Amino acid sequence: MHNLVYNEMLKLVRKKRILVITLILLILIPIFTYAQYHTTQNAIKQLGTSDWRAILQQQIIDQQNRLASSRVPEEWKESIKLNIQQQQYYLDNNINPTAPGAPTFIREFVEEAVSLFLPLLVVILAADIVSSEHSGGTIKLLLTRPVRRWKVLLSKYLALLLSVSFMVVLTAVIGYLVSGMIFGYKGWTLPVLTGFQVQGEHLITDHVHLIPQWKYILMAYGLAWFSCLAVGTVSFMVSVLVRSTASSMGIMLAAVISGSLLGQLAPNWNALKYLAFTNLRLTDYLEGEPILVEGMNLPFSLTVLTVWSITSLIVAFGVFTRRDVLA
Amino acid sequence: MQTETHTVLSVQGLSKTIGQREIVKNVSFEVKAGEIFGFLGPNGAGKTTTIRMLVGLTRPTKGIIRIGGYDLSKQFLQAIRQVGCIVENPELYPYLTGRENLQLFARMTEDIPPARIEEVVRLVELQNRIDDPVKTYSLGMRQRLGIAQALLGKPQLLILDEPTNGLDPAGIRELRSFIRHLSREEGISVFISSHILHEVQLMCDRVAIISQGEIVKTGRVDQLVGSHAKVEWMVEPHHAGVEKLRGLPYITQLEVLNNGRVLVHMPMEKIAETNQALVAEQIQVSGIRPYQQTLEDIFLEMTGGNSIA
Ligand SMILES: Nc1ncnc2c1ncn2[C@@H]1O[C@H](COP(=O)(O)OP(=O)(O)O)[C@@H](O)[C@H]1O
Ligand SMILES: [Mg+2]
Repeated sequence: MHNLVYNEMLKLVRKKRILVITLILLILIPIFTYAQYHTTQNAIKQLGTSDWRAILQQQIIDQQNRLASSRVPEEWKESIKLNIQQQQYYLDNNINPTAPGAPTFIREFVEEAVSLFLPLLVVILAADIVSSEHSGGTIKLLLTRPVRRWKVLLSKYLALLLSVSFMVVLTAVIGYLVSGMIFGYKGWTLPVLTGFQVQGEHLITDHVHLIPQWKYILMAYGLAWFSCLAVGTVSFMVSVLVRSTASSMGIMLAAVISGSLLGQLAPNWNALKYLAFTNLRLTDYLEGEPILVEGMNLPFSLTVLTVWSITSLIVAFGVFTRRDVLA
Repeated sequence: MQTETHTVLSVQGLSKTIGQREIVKNVSFEVKAGEIFGFLGPNGAGKTTTIRMLVGLTRPTKGIIRIGGYDLSKQFLQAIRQVGCIVENPELYPYLTGRENLQLFARMTEDIPPARIEEVVRLVELQNRIDDPVKTYSLGMRQRLGIAQALLGKPQLLILDEPTNGLDPAGIRELRSFIRHLSREEGISVFISSHILHEVQLMCDRVAIISQGEIVKTGRVDQLVGSHAKVEWMVEPHHAGVEKLRGLPYITQLEVLNNGRVLVHMPMEKIAETNQALVAEQIQVSGIRPYQQTLEDIFLEMTGGNSIA
């Protein structure tokens, strides 16, 4: 088996997929770093102070103003209210939520990247992992070896799991090294709040506690990794079902992007929560970002993603091992 | 039991239906050890579909395939271990070098030592370019790399689907002598499909002819083709010539064309004898043109005039 996985890793590397992922990260992370830097600088300039309390207070006032505006829809108002409550909590407990430093950057980066950016990178890795063998005709060589078809497919899946895991680690490492050049490399032990719960309209702070940032980052990246594996597994199935690389890439891009958009555009549409790609923001549960859709919590999202993954695997293996190779 | 050891590939009652259409119909044949077996049929006859079943890419609707005595559907690993194949075009990983491609496929089969890779590379004479990426290869080189790949596991049976497609005449000649070498020197059985009669005549020992999914004839190549050639005669006086030709016992069909030309079906070796017979009757022969027999001719002959395809 390890020979087969080696083969698949070799293909991923020589197809330059890993290189493309690395380059995208190397180009985009400095941009995000600069954006972050720019935002902080701007806030300081506007407030005329670098005091984070002042910034936080200003943010609360801004949000209260938005709340008063009649143009803001009702469902947004709830979210804003919860945000204010949360920021008030930071203020009351003397915690700087945006303490600069590379660890803070990679924590915030993964929270934003988990719903769209990382899934897109996963699609680049996964979308053509099987379909390219069909479009290149090499499937005919692959399946005429003395190897069972399920083993061929399993080796591809394992290679995908390995490279997705590598990609998540790479995101953290590049993020840390690059942003550290501007923000400094300190801040691993900074206390971070977690354990927020939402019940109806209220942010429940009973279980809120402080943990060192490194622990939080570990959990956040673990959850992001889980999201990425789920995206990878669904892409894997699409790659088995669709024979052309272009369509399998297209289908997955559309699915990931609409999943990410729908969750924000139509929080009242309750059925959306059963889709795989509206459940990718696992890190929100950690952060205490208010969840607008009723009934969504960490166990729920993990279950939805797991069910989608297992179903995808069953379909992928079922189809791949039985299907006639006609083209 | 005796025949079992001598038959490398045995196909019985093979059928394949895709959608509503039966593309391969009740096909049976046997390939013996060390022989070159031609699978001859026009485009769309069902050659590739049959080959896909032989190598386990598609499942037969009906029928049994045995390779080296193993039932392909029940003992896939043992059966396919005996086979090296190229189905349609020789498609390999273009972003890998020739050697990396071979190493990759070698890793998928047990017990292929690194020395075997060197061996097959030498056999197909790709030593100079083996470390170049496959995307820089010409079609002929890809074809050779494809064959190298097929030979890696020392197969008993080599299955090639129209391997001369797209090759230039020199490449075709080279391939032909290479395949003959494999069969004669290495004792490998070769199953080779083609739509060109001439090619099969030059290369194969036995042949099965397939048309519209059905085997219409199986037999030794020399028995199947060559016995009935078409020869065009130009004779003067025309009428007497036609009468004389019609009277000859070995002429099976006769067709009168314009300008004093007559087209007859007759054995090639009787041309000189026929000429003498005509001259002896004071009939002038101003032209003899034997036609290379085509696949169409054989079909016409066998199906009694019904055209193929
Ligand atoms: N996947 C398919 N679905 C439906 N019909 C097919 C398929 N593949 C081939 N055919 C049909 O089966 C016939 C035989 O095709 P094929 O085996 O490729 O012929 P050959 O290799 O002898 O040229 C053709 O008429 C072709 O149109
Ligand atoms: Mg064909």
